[in-house]
Amino acid sequence: MNDPLLPSRCTIRSRLTHSEDVFTLELDTPVCYPAFRAGQFNMLYVPGAGEAAISISGDPANTGSLLHTIRAVGNVTHLLHRYGGGDRIGIRGPFGNSWPLTAARGKDLVLVAGGIGLAPLRPVLYQALAERDQFNRIVLFYGARTPADILYADELMAWKAQGLLDLFVSVDTSTADWTGDVGVITSLIPRAEVDTDNGVVMICGPEIMIRFSVNKLRELGFSRKQIHVSLERNMKCAVGFCGHCQLGTQFICRDGPVLPYNKVESFLLTKGF
Amino acid sequence: MKTVSDALLAHPFFAGLNEDYVRLIAGCGENTVFKPDQVIATEGDDANEFYILRKGRVAIQIHAAPTGTALLQTLDGGDILGWSWLFPPYRWSTEAKAIQQVHAIRLDGKCLRAKCDRDPAMGYELMKRFSQIMVQRLEATRLRMLDLYGKAEHS
Repeated sequence: MNDPLLPSRCTIRSRLTHSEDVFTLELDTPVCYPAFRAGQFNMLYVPGAGEAAISISGDPANTGSLLHTIRAVGNVTHLLHRYGGGDRIGIRGPFGNSWPLTAARGKDLVLVAGGIGLAPLRPVLYQALAERDQFNRIVLFYGARTPADILYADELMAWKAQGLLDLFVSVDTSTADWTGDVGVITSLIPRAEVDTDNGVVMICGPEIMIRFSVNKLRELGFSRKQIHVSLERNMKCAVGFCGHCQLGTQFICRDGPVLPYNKVESFLLTKGF
Repeated sequence: MKTVSDALLAHPFFAGLNEDYVRLIAGCGENTVFKPDQVIATEGDDANEFYILRKGRVAIQIHAAPTGTALLQTLDGGDILGWSWLFPPYRWSTEAKAIQQVHAIRLDGKCLRAKCDRDPAMGYELMKRFSQIMVQRLEATRLRMLDLYGKAEHS
């Protein structure tokens, strides 16, 4: 991919439906597409409709295909919702920076995800679990709307059963067969035993969840610098030209989407940003 | 086995509280166990106790006719169950039911209220701690009202 503004053609290999409006598309990796890093995103292009910035949710070690877990919320994603195996779309990427996984080596790795915000953190889990001995505790806090909305449930339960990670899942609204926690995910954060002096936190989800999660994490003893968040803004060009995704002095598409919390906190607390 | 005093001293809820106060509070406490599905508290019943959950999950639920029982929240080991004992009319506002086997410390509310009346400084310390719990639950309720994981979110 030489021109970052020019989409490549790409075939959808398969499609997995998670819930009424959430699905995963597996795409054949285009020729010349570079390896992606955990936390990066692609611009998916539906001819005649436009593009949407979608995080890559697969294993970075798997170079044969690209996974995108998508919620149908806008024009482009609603159209993608109709697509399936064999359909062709356009793709640009990968864009943005990545989660600071190297900085987490030898430390506790704490992940906090809300809803579809688990998708951009899933590549972190793949990478960290592939080198499990490089990390101390790996803890995932995950909040979902209902039990049916829990993403990658089988995978998460398998990892937990293998003792690879400490998993805390909570739903806002339960169903009769749900025996897990009910309530906001932030209330589960104090339950984990983590080394706040020697830990790295990564958060992805709705911004208000990020803010309240940070409050809880700071009560436990984490500093703002230890906390990294993935932000979503109106990404258009994805290469820092157009300014649509500007947040203060930074372009989320180019300088992010992963940013240390101390660099974005003031903007997240400002109306209009 | 830990005494009630030891367990309370080690609990974050009582962190920073004068040890003499903790021992005084422990005098109103006893260890208790609930079986799975056992009702711990019934909505509308007199609330003359609260619980320090040591282990096991509890459902906080409310009967909402005609849809049935709505599960509002779950509590787990380390959480505090019940604040109705502290405020008139001293009645449980929700039902609490053990989901799993629950080990807890039951603290007698009448006994504690009497001690708090005799020693308002201790009562104030307890009130501050329960206020914190209530603030946390209120924040959690507000967040849930926002339907965080609804339509507009990260993808």
